[in-house]
Amino acid sequence: MTRGGLKRLPRVRSFQPMISFVLRRLMSAVPTVFIVVTISFFLMRFAPGGPFNLERPLPPQTMANILATYQLDQPLWKQYIHYVGNAVTGDFGPSFIYKDNTVAELIGKALPYSMQLGSMAILIALIGGVLLGTIAALRQNSVLDFSLMAFATVGVTVPNFVVGPVLTLVFAVILSWLPAGGWGDGSLQYLILPMIALALPQLAVFARLTRGAMIEALHTDHIRTAKAYGLPSRVVVITHALRGAMLPVVSYLAPCAAALLTGSAVVESIFTIPGVGRYFVLGALNRDYPLVMGTVILVAIFVIVFNLLVDIAYGLLDPRVRHD
Amino acid sequence: MTDISATSPTIEGRSLGQLAWLRFRRNRAAMGGCFMLLLIGLFSFAGPLFVPHAYDEVFPSYVTIPPSLDPRPDPKTLEDVAATAAKRARLTLEKFELENGVFTATVTSASPIDPRAVRYFDRVNEFKNTQVKETAADQKSLVLTGTVDQKYFFFGTDSNGRDLMVRVMLGGQISIAVGLAASLVSLGIGVVYGATSGYLGGRVDNIMMRLVEILYSLPFVFLVVVLVVFFGRSVMLIFIVIGAVQWLEMARIVRGQTLSLKRREFVGAAQALGLTDWQIIRRHIIPNTIGPVIVFVTVVVPQVILTESFLSFLGLGVQAPLASWGTLISEGAKNMQNAPWLLIFPSIFFVLTLFSLNFVGDGLRDALDPKDR
Repeated sequence: MTRGGLKRLPRVRSFQPMISFVLRRLMSAVPTVFIVVTISFFLMRFAPGGPFNLERPLPPQTMANILATYQLDQPLWKQYIHYVGNAVTGDFGPSFIYKDNTVAELIGKALPYSMQLGSMAILIALIGGVLLGTIAALRQNSVLDFSLMAFATVGVTVPNFVVGPVLTLVFAVILSWLPAGGWGDGSLQYLILPMIALALPQLAVFARLTRGAMIEALHTDHIRTAKAYGLPSRVVVITHALRGAMLPVVSYLAPCAAALLTGSAVVESIFTIPGVGRYFVLGALNRDYPLVMGTVILVAIFVIVFNLLVDIAYGLLDPRVRHD
Repeated sequence: MTDISATSPTIEGRSLGQLAWLRFRRNRAAMGGCFMLLLIGLFSFAGPLFVPHAYDEVFPSYVTIPPSLDPRPDPKTLEDVAATAAKRARLTLEKFELENGVFTATVTSASPIDPRAVRYFDRVNEFKNTQVKETAADQKSLVLTGTVDQKYFFFGTDSNGRDLMVRVMLGGQISIAVGLAASLVSLGIGVVYGATSGYLGGRVDNIMMRLVEILYSLPFVFLVVVLVVFFGRSVMLIFIVIGAVQWLEMARIVRGQTLSLKRREFVGAAQALGLTDWQIIRRHIIPNTIGPVIVFVTVVVPQVILTESFLSFLGLGVQAPLASWGTLISEGAKNMQNAPWLLIFPSIFFVLTLFSLNFVGDGLRDALDPKDR
């Protein structure tokens, strides 16, 4: 059989169903975000403590004034309606801890830092993980496979709060090749260490997922057929096996991307990066309700968008997947 | 196929479980991993029975001492220790001798000595059973004798003077339990939910996946706080909270696999045979997702154990003097430079457990794979 036998059939694909699928999903995002906002709003109010409960209580009159300023003295349902009403127009309220800023300003200012760092970390994790996983799968049960998976295991196991300080200690303090923290002018040297700390655990997960799926994919009939046709093994691996093996990797990509792009509180505090990550913890600990709601909506949007992208990617990777 | 029929001449149907067990037993790495996990489990759960001190016992004399195979105290330091103890009792140490773990000390004072002063010697961690051997006629000099209290701290002690080895054992108990519970939840709920959502598809899938998105977006810290307020603080609650968020990613992964699996021929054949949806999901879909599922479980376990330490940091998880591997590692990370053993020992056990789990996972995957028999 010549290679002509494998000539691709012209693919007939109409974009009509795809567009209507995306539109339907974007419409369903509205109620999803609304439900998230509602549950989060009441959940956070059921938690004890308040934004202005200090160790030394404020005089009652002062307290009442502050509460009135932020409309916290009104019944909960009124506050809820007020919040949702404002949020729809894009007003997410003032922050309680950063008093001079609105939540939109805070997140708007910090998000670019987190997203720049996070997107680079995802790229490294994805490319590195898929590459290492593929190599390990092709050399299954060899010494190389074993050492790559050992590296991946350590990567998953050793937490950020250990990797971060160790990286700083080695590359910034002892070798002094790279700055220990901060954003500086945003050049690469400031980004390398936090990027590694962020990417390493995810890279390890991608490598493990790729290896497992790749080993399975290499044993399937269509790969055997492709090999029997005499296709070069590079083509078999990259265009045929890897494509099928990417499904679990892509599935994990959505939550992973949402988590990395919205910043990591641990990594950002170790490397003093002015990103959004710290707002998740600070907002919650200080009961800064508008800030918490802002971060919640941010995560929800990222999760929804990435899940949608992943569902589209399924269809591209595996023609059998159809969204009905 | 040939080797299986060779080992059993009688033709007998084997269940999936029997087959899997047979194949699993042949996998050396997986059996080794099992053995290692068993050892770590024994160390954590039975270990404390063989160590004389408790996890919360504080040794003021041994704060942040490095790990060592030699017993404490170091004989060279004993004379200083005795001198300090004597000083506390307002006595002067004249002579100090050590022989076979028994010490003899001569103490003097300007005024007659109360024999109860021996208590000051027993009060330090180094000595025990101190007794008065001889009393001088004027009662201004005593000869004391007692045994040196030998203690072993193979892993060293932490900054509060607690034995790290017992704490690693205790941490193992809690972390293994949390990891086990969370992986069971992630397996039980995540796999069934994902497979159902993907297989049924359409509107059901849409609603089920939107629910996953909602749960994923909820503020985790408040979820925990509110649950603690309603149900009180307990280890059980930690399991529930962590389990409640850990199945989401698993569900997404299984659903992704299912979307592709349900268009395969064997599923079509099962549908043509008239199997119910649940039968197909259980017998055909779920077994075929086993590969990514097992890989992801081995990823979930460390994530869960570390999430637990984050909860403890917020004051919601395991609290001191209790410990988990997560809290020990995060405490060790803070003392990385001056007391590295506080980080190293819990990390060794943590990493070792995960290594073994990976081998067991790979073995299980090979044993349970329905495509490969």
